[in-house]
Amino acid sequence: MYDFQYTKAGDVGQAVTSVSPTGAKFVAGGTTLIDLMKLDVERPKLLVDINGLPLDRIEPEGDGGLKIGAMVRNSDLAHDEQVQRLYPVLSQALLSGASPQLRNMATTGGNLLQRTRCYYFRDVNYPCNKRNPGSGCSAMDGFNRIHAVLGTSSHCIATHPSDMAVAMMALGATIFVTGPKGNRSIPITKFYLLPGTTPEHENVLAAGELITHVTLPPPAQNAKSHYLKRRDRASYEFALASAAVIVELDGRKIRKAQAAMGGVGTIPWRSPEAEHELAGAEATDRNFRRAAEAALRGAKGHKDNTFKIELAKRTLVRALQTVTQA
Amino acid sequence: MKENSPDEPAKTGKSDSSTKPSQLSRRTFLGNIATVGIATTAAPLLQVGELDAQQVHQPTTDVAEAPTSAGTIPVSLKINGQTKNLQIEPRVTLLDALREHLGLFGTKKGCDHGQCGACTVHVNGRRVNSCLTFAIMHQGDEITTVEGLAKNGELHPVQAAFLEHDAFQCGYCTSGQIMSAVALLKEPCGKDDDAIRECMSGNICRCGAYTNIVAAVRSVRGGA
Repeated sequence: MYDFQYTKAGDVGQAVTSVSPTGAKFVAGGTTLIDLMKLDVERPKLLVDINGLPLDRIEPEGDGGLKIGAMVRNSDLAHDEQVQRLYPVLSQALLSGASPQLRNMATTGGNLLQRTRCYYFRDVNYPCNKRNPGSGCSAMDGFNRIHAVLGTSSHCIATHPSDMAVAMMALGATIFVTGPKGNRSIPITKFYLLPGTTPEHENVLAAGELITHVTLPPPAQNAKSHYLKRRDRASYEFALASAAVIVELDGRKIRKAQAAMGGVGTIPWRSPEAEHELAGAEATDRNFRRAAEAALRGAKGHKDNTFKIELAKRTLVRALQTVTQA
Repeated sequence: MKENSPDEPAKTGKSDSSTKPSQLSRRTFLGNIATVGIATTAAPLLQVGELDAQQVHQPTTDVAEAPTSAGTIPVSLKINGQTKNLQIEPRVTLLDALREHLGLFGTKKGCDHGQCGACTVHVNGRRVNSCLTFAIMHQGDEITTVEGLAKNGELHPVQAAFLEHDAFQCGYCTSGQIMSAVALLKEPCGKDDDAIRECMSGNICRCGAYTNIVAAVRSVRGGA
């Protein structure tokens, strides 16, 4: 690992000021960053430790929503009574990710910024457009079973690995940041960037911006939600395909549905196409399948990951069956 | 981990201790294995790729070889109730501080990438992977390692249960398993064996001693 300077920020303003030098990075839980530093994929010159910042609260919002501090640990968020009651999809997604130890470390802000598990991104001996722009994509014709089928480009097919972000994508979370130019809020649907020709740019955060908190809109009265994750092991494994669904039922009729998928997209994948098919439809297997076909219509398989297209459809169907059960 | 991996060429004839057996050092070899880890497959490393000229691989040293070099800073850690003062580089992980600088070898280094759980310790009563955090980030924290579990010569009930149920084979993952099980007792975790398996899933046992590990954890929780 390359050497670096270290400083601990006492407050948010100090954190933003401290991270201004080129090559400086925030460190929170460290579960992605330190892992990648050991692989020489990340080589920060300065680490600004934000673990002392008072951003670790989960608070009800006046409108019935929830405000989640960026430093709230994944385990605390998953087991929070309000989250379990109002947003079960988020608790389920969090508990399906990583291990208890990692969830005790990983933070809400850090999880949103999790980096891909693409083998070639993680190995500096291989060309990778995300790690080293313009060098080429080794996954395109390499081993790409775990890679994305949605939102890909000829430059990158790396999958976004987060479960939490998929649930937040379905819930329509808003991400609040502060930085050298002040505060702003970003809907999560506008936060992530498709790889296109610049896979090194993964989100809209500007240099020096710090995520301070995330808000969730109030849950609809009769909404039910569910997270389903499919993977190679029963636990402690990244998704091959996952689905986060929130459905408002009126009898057997779907008043409104929100759906996002994980393990299949270059970003946490919201599917307005599936939502459009479901809105106003009866909660039947045939309509669930129709929604799943719509969600994956633009999917593009590569050598080893074509199976994900059907797996994702069935995962979405199963999640919808589960959430609409009486 | 075996010294002779299947990926290394088979050695023929007498081995000469004066020659290097392999281009790879044991540490480098283990490091490469860890980059692939449990969650993925070893296959990509076997594919010969074009060497990325701008990303020439540098040997990694996450253990400070010379604790008094210019890059070191004073770090104070509270471990098992005792304050320890160290002079280390910021890049020293909590795991390496424990093992290489404090001689606390009970905490094990397995994958070194948060994928196996062998390095599990408690920070302020919560279990974490000590390989994925820097020692310098834990000044003022209460750190507990497996060496800190026994009190007045009495094993912690989880340690006793692991003995009683023969919950290990080679023993390398055991301290991490025990630290996880001790933490689990205070966490929201369902009552049945499936819940135990899920709550212990952050600790991999290469020998596959899971049946007895679950039995040990169950017995401490007051189950059958």
